[in-house]
Amino acid sequence: MAAGEKPKLATAWLEGCSGCHMSFLDMDERLIDLAGLVEIVSSPYVDYKAWPEHIDITLIEGGIGSEEDLHKALELRRRSKLLVSFGDCAVTGNVPTLRNTYTIAEIMKHAYEETAVNRIDDAERPYPTQYVPALRRQVTPVHAVVPVDVFLPGCPPPADAIFFLVTELLAGRKPTTTDFTRFGK
Amino acid sequence: MPPTIPTPHSFTLTIDGQDVTATVGQSILQVANEHHVEIPTLCYLDGLSVWGGCRLCMVQIVGQARLVAACATAATEDMQVVTQSPQLHDYRQTILQMLFAERNHICSICVANGHCELQSWGQKLGVDHIDLPYRYPDLDVDSSHPRFRLDHNRCILCTRCVRVCDEIEGAHTLDVMGRGIQNMIIHDLNEPWGDSTTCTSCGKCVHVCPTGALSEKGTSVAEMVKRRQFLPYLTVMREAK
Repeated sequence: MAAGEKPKLATAWLEGCSGCHMSFLDMDERLIDLAGLVEIVSSPYVDYKAWPEHIDITLIEGGIGSEEDLHKALELRRRSKLLVSFGDCAVTGNVPTLRNTYTIAEIMKHAYEETAVNRIDDAERPYPTQYVPALRRQVTPVHAVVPVDVFLPGCPPPADAIFFLVTELLAGRKPTTTDFTRFGK
Repeated sequence: MPPTIPTPHSFTLTIDGQDVTATVGQSILQVANEHHVEIPTLCYLDGLSVWGGCRLCMVQIVGQARLVAACATAATEDMQVVTQSPQLHDYRQTILQMLFAERNHICSICVANGHCELQSWGQKLGVDHIDLPYRYPDLDVDSSHPRFRLDHNRCILCTRCVRVCDEIEGAHTLDVMGRGIQNMIIHDLNEPWGDSTTCTSCGKCVHVCPTGALSEKGTSVAEMVKRRQFLPYLTVMREAK
């Protein structure tokens, strides 16, 4: 980070429901304070989706459920000084892990045949394989595939916990997040 | 004839450097509780027999190499007990992590969310993630009983339900079957709960369960509040007879 530049903050959305990103927006007017402190370089909130080479803080929402999630986690880890597992899906795998006791074939059959309103029984129309990332055998927490620096549990983490965490990290400290939030909060 | 010296009923020991008084027969945990020293517990419940299985209440005795379970170790005179240390904190965090990783504890969608002892000890002891690989076992949910449900995904095998059913209700419908990782809570001879001829449907097992493993039907996420007032009451009334 060059002199005069603001720290770069990125957020990413992997296998989760975007509830953690909604909770981020619940910081309300404190978002204005935050905008003064950091430059948001890449996020579902902003237009630019490409990541710069160096990011100071990255918040990852969601577990690792697909090959694309894995790729994003590896890339963001390489580019980020501090990687934060943002919310229960990133920290524990959470709800998406409910599929972990089923095989991918069972899941696809359930989603595309058993529960489909217009059942696809035409052999010419197989399950999607193009333009959608392949599912991994099991959903895992982010720290199962890349080292994570800070964990912020919660489903979703409360806005107060997010604001506290980000401002503490900017001040160069690593807060104990369990004072503010817990699994399933 | 020399006067007989009566055996003292109370004696002194130290817990975390503080002198405390105990009576003969009390466990370290009971003495600590009386003096407002908090030792984490999961399988222990006042009013039930001591199990000593969860190992969360492990404490150090000065001069002893091995840690002991505070719930299952009698307090003795001049014993020096240490309840907090970096090593104990580490062990307790690891125990909680093993419990979280063993079965499918998904707090956000659990009936006991916000009322769960595993969850609250995790928070109190600073468990913000699980380092161990999750097992994701494929476990059953027994909903065959008209009023109650047993979800093996949330069970930590503390055996409180087994003990309350046997010792307080006197039915002994519940027990454990299988060894090691196969260990499972069962009804009667491993039959569906709804088919049990010994269950009195009293619901005591549901209310002593520290997690969402046992719940009342009709409760949704975070709605299963456990009521345990009956337990010390029943215990005291029986002792008083």
